[in-house]
Amino acid sequence: MALLMQEDTRFGLDKKARLLGPVRLDSGAEFAPVDIAYETYGALNADKSNAILICHALTGDQYVASTHPMTGKDGWWTRMVGAGKPIDPARHCIISINVMGSCMGSSGPASIDPTTGAAYAMAFPVITIPDMVRAQALLLDHLGIETLEAVVGGSMGGMQALSWAALYPERVKSAVVIASTARHSAQNIAFHEVGRQAIMADPRWNNGAYYGHEAPSSGLAVARMAAHITYLSEAGLTEKFGRRLQNRDAKSFGFDADFQVESYLRYQGLSFVDRFDANSYLYITRAMDYFDLAEPHDGVLAKAFAGTKTRFCLISFDSDWLYPTAESRRIVHALNAAGAAVSFVELSSPFGHDAFLLEAPEMNRIVDGFLRAGEPS
Amino acid sequence: MSALRPDLAIIAREVRAGTRVLDVGCGDGQLMAALRDTKNVDARGLELNAHDVATSVSRGLSVIQGDADTDLAEYPDGSFDYAILSQTLQTTKRPDLVLDHLVRIGREAFVSFPNFAQWRIRFAHMFGGRMPVTKQLPHLWYDTPNIHHVTIDDFRSLLHERNIEIEGQWFLSGNKPRADRFANLLAQHAVFKLRPK
Repeated sequence: MALLMQEDTRFGLDKKARLLGPVRLDSGAEFAPVDIAYETYGALNADKSNAILICHALTGDQYVASTHPMTGKDGWWTRMVGAGKPIDPARHCIISINVMGSCMGSSGPASIDPTTGAAYAMAFPVITIPDMVRAQALLLDHLGIETLEAVVGGSMGGMQALSWAALYPERVKSAVVIASTARHSAQNIAFHEVGRQAIMADPRWNNGAYYGHEAPSSGLAVARMAAHITYLSEAGLTEKFGRRLQNRDAKSFGFDADFQVESYLRYQGLSFVDRFDANSYLYITRAMDYFDLAEPHDGVLAKAFAGTKTRFCLISFDSDWLYPTAESRRIVHALNAAGAAVSFVELSSPFGHDAFLLEAPEMNRIVDGFLRAGEPS
Repeated sequence: MSALRPDLAIIAREVRAGTRVLDVGCGDGQLMAALRDTKNVDARGLELNAHDVATSVSRGLSVIQGDADTDLAEYPDGSFDYAILSQTLQTTKRPDLVLDHLVRIGREAFVSFPNFAQWRIRFAHMFGGRMPVTKQLPHLWYDTPNIHHVTIDDFRSLLHERNIEIEGQWFLSGNKPRADRFANLLAQHAVFKLRPK
């Protein structure tokens, strides 16, 4: 079976597929054609019961555990996915999908609109997290995968995992939701709005019609800098940079990056614009801001999971102030009220929201045990 | 798996197979795992210690990190056949309110605790003039997690006050069961099975 799967051209690295049908969007529109870029690692077993979907965060992509084609860096979650890791291609058929609206091969604002022959830009429909998930479900149909052993994601990936469990309960046996939330708070929306305004204030943005010209990279870099602060913690920043000066012995009495933290943020901003599309940043942050899983259920989150058979595992980090533990607890309470099998733990880390991407042995131990409990022994 | 602690062994023996159980203060999930593996019980846990939660989850158990004092209110009435509180009552801020939640959430409840009126403790207090430090209660007064010491008679009187009925009671000296007679003086541990009147 494993050999057969390797010959199946739908599986492997750097794949792309055009979805058969249109994606029905929350806005009411139907959107087609939709291309989805994805990767798979490991082989599907005989009864197709070992598929695990990894969902990425805002600026993530399908290169979970393979070299990124633009940066040349390792995959973004090699600590969780790989040989000997909790999610292991030797045991699992791992699927990672670039979300609709992004810019790494899936349909997004930079894609060509077949009706005009030019990039969609702002003509791309405004999408939601559930819309992304609907597109992913269509891709799984294309791959012939009916049920997932697990959907796993951190941050926006966790929002997708929750949406999967709410939209397709019968297709999801378990969900791992790390450093995430069931809704965007006013503070979350506020930070995203700062980023969007930075992009739109860049004259090169040109109402989104910058393709073929210079991109609004100054605005996008500022957006990334502001967002990056929310991914760290005050203690983490203090430990890493303190008030140390960057390659100089004294303050310059000017506006160079005197401080190490300024230099670091500028680097984060500049390196980001090489790999990310500004309009995608607008669309995906909008999707996250619109996210409120309880909204279609009269504000009662438990109703989103009524009667669910899915097992849930939630993990938060004590220094994460972007999606603090209280948000995970709110989900846990809702799942409890729905009678779901749910595990939850708050882990200690000095690294803030980004902790889920870093070395966290306790997180790996939990995810490993949780996944194995759902597998035939 | 190592043998269950004696009070847990009693609870594991008394729980009916195929039931739904909430283990409050479940530690590393030993009792839950035993109930799942030997009695096909659907067990859920609540535990304050993150490392213990991680161990429980890595055993495949459904455990939530949380505090008995604040988080039991979230559980609906009668959502479990049994609510279990083993060796945890004396560590809570409001044992009386925790007890109310137990008999509300579970149709029946098991509570086990170390008996602070056992004669060794009385002797240590009476003749030593110091807060007792024993094998069962090894902590010094200033760093003990046991902030509400309770005796068997205190517990019975609380049950009476709260209108909670005793369905079963077991007493232990060391690891051995002992008779009900003079339990408040002689037993080191007590296990009660409870239901609201």
